Amino acid sequence: MIRYELPPSRSVDHTDIETVLGPDGRADPHLDPKLDSALVVKIYEAMLRTRVLDDRMLALQRQGRVSFHVGCKGEEAAIIASAAALRTEDWIFPCYRELGALLWRGFPLQRYVDNMYGNADDVVQGRQMPDHVTGKQWAYASVSSPIGTQIMHAVGFGWAAKLKRQKLATAVYFGDGATSTPDFHTGLNFAGVYKTPTIFLCRNNRWAISVPSDKQTASASFAAKGAAYGVRSVRVDGNDALATYRAVREAVERSHEGPTLLELVTYRLGGHSTSDDPKAYRLQEEVDLQSKGDPLTRLRRHLELLGAWNELQERRFVSQLDSEIKQCVEIAEKKPAPELRSMFDGVYAERPWHLDEQYELTKRGPRPGKE
Amino acid sequence: MPEMTMVQAINDALRISMRDDERVVLLGEDVGKVGGVFRVTAGLQDEFGAERVIDTPLAEGGIVGASIGMAMYGLRPVPEIQFADFIYPAFDQIVSEAAKYRYRSGGEFGIPMVIRTPFGGGIRGGHYHSQSPESLFIHVAGLKVVCPSNPYDAKGLLLSAIRDEDPVLFFEPKRVYRAAKMDVPEGDYAVPLSKAKVVREGAHVTVLAWGAMLYEAVAAAEEVAPKVDVEVIDLRTLWPVDIDTIVASVKKTGRVVVVHEAPRTCGFGAELVSLVCEKAFLHLEAPPVRVTGHDTPFPYTLENDYLPLAHRIVPALLETAAY
Repeated sequence: MIRYELPPSRSVDHTDIETVLGPDGRADPHLDPKLDSALVVKIYEAMLRTRVLDDRMLALQRQGRVSFHVGCKGEEAAIIASAAALRTEDWIFPCYRELGALLWRGFPLQRYVDNMYGNADDVVQGRQMPDHVTGKQWAYASVSSPIGTQIMHAVGFGWAAKLKRQKLATAVYFGDGATSTPDFHTGLNFAGVYKTPTIFLCRNNRWAISVPSDKQTASASFAAKGAAYGVRSVRVDGNDALATYRAVREAVERSHEGPTLLELVTYRLGGHSTSDDPKAYRLQEEVDLQSKGDPLTRLRRHLELLGAWNELQERRFVSQLDSEIKQCVEIAEKKPAPELRSMFDGVYAERPWHLDEQYELTKRGPRPGKE
Repeated sequence: MPEMTMVQAINDALRISMRDDERVVLLGEDVGKVGGVFRVTAGLQDEFGAERVIDTPLAEGGIVGASIGMAMYGLRPVPEIQFADFIYPAFDQIVSEAAKYRYRSGGEFGIPMVIRTPFGGGIRGGHYHSQSPESLFIHVAGLKVVCPSNPYDAKGLLLSAIRDEDPVLFFEPKRVYRAAKMDVPEGDYAVPLSKAKVVREGAHVTVLAWGAMLYEAVAAAEEVAPKVDVEVIDLRTLWPVDIDTIVASVKKTGRVVVVHEAPRTCGFGAELVSLVCEKAFLHLEAPPVRVTGHDTPFPYTLENDYLPLAHRIVPALLETAAY
């Protein structure tokens, strides 16, 4: 019995890309999700906010004030329009590049900047690299660095909710590189077999650090992989906020029937992280060409056509955000490092004897000098 | 009081946990309809349904990864890995995710989960059905590692482990599964984690053992009893280990022998010997001794030459006592 469905209009390889916004900023009237323009403005502002924040964090890293940053330049629509299409009860299982989704949900900027500095107020107490944050209150799971490990968690969480008859979906983000990990295949397989309410969001940004997407797979698309697991799959223009919103919304609405794999076709305009120099492996011409599909430009053009956004609003927004970031950074830089005991706490619910011993020894022993 | 094998006692603990707590779910390969390849989960799907005793696709990383997500949701998953030898595909999920989740999320999420897995040799299982990988998990910050040696402890330890807030690796010595029967109380009781048990008191040598090798240690102790008075400690929880019971015993006897099936190099014996040296050095009358499996893959035909059975423990006890 073949249980998966392939809409007749779509190719077997899933190479067609669903697009709503044309290059002129007009929405395809048949596919337009017809969102309230206030919501579209809010999505645009969140995308812009993420872009500016990325830029300022990159600058702080270059100045040696934060050690590391992993940004999402070029992928703002894939990240924020997708998060916007989720309901508040739906859980997000992020990779490390979806900070914008967390901010969209209301995570305070100061809390984020404290995480960048790993200071005493960092929600993870300086135990992880910058950008490895967590937001339970915002239904946002903890970020780790291994690739793809969060996929099974999203499946298990959604599965548990289904067993408890709670209606929610889990959305899991990962890049094209993650489709080569066992967790991706296991996740789709478990989700397909048990019809978990999981939305697999593959941000195909074309590059896994230096390895291009055609070295990750011989498939004609990443969306094609869903068919093998009986999972509904759609390939979407991930630089098109409206197309992304529309596809994720549909996946949410169908989540009680089972999982959906969405390939969000986008492009990583920046480096993998501040530790990466993409000049070593890709041509500037490619980046320039891809910049023409910048998701912010496309959505701004659309809003301008609607008369819902203009240059003055943009400048005001950025200038206000800049002073907000500046203030958060000033505050974060004045905060002390976490206390020594925080290194030994939280390994277990209660600290066992051997960690008591190691804490006492470290406290009494020589401590590193200030750099 | 009914007599139970370890298989029955573990089954009983699972049944009690599931009746007591709606959040407890079992999942794994063959755990549902057939009740597990060792029948440890027999009858549970009949009582609790296929939504709480779940037959999963064949992927250990998926079983543990899904369990982590379930635990984050608020369930108490008890995944089974069919043989400890097959746990390695789940190693990343256990080490990088389950063990680290509480710490790296600043305490926002704990992962209360018990990974049950049969381990150990002596059942003609060859390399892929006999391994003892406990020290790989003891080495990982954030995990608890438990290993019962008898039906009573197996039930009480498993009930405690399922109620614990942290991820627990629960190693079940499959050589003991049906080999020993003992009186096991009906109903709920706890054997606390991180408490060892002195199973045989003695004055001359302390033996530290767990799982199936505990019986070999006791047999060896009985054999040398006319000459050497051996104290045998069943660690029960390997990590965090009950250091106080170990140190008190070694301070009394001045001699220590550690017995384990796992390969010698970097086995848990290495850590136990170090701890004894650090905490009771001036009480030692003889160098600590390890009687262990060898640094080879686990063999099929010659498994009784590989295992640290009583015939290898006896000379170690005599030599240590005479040192």
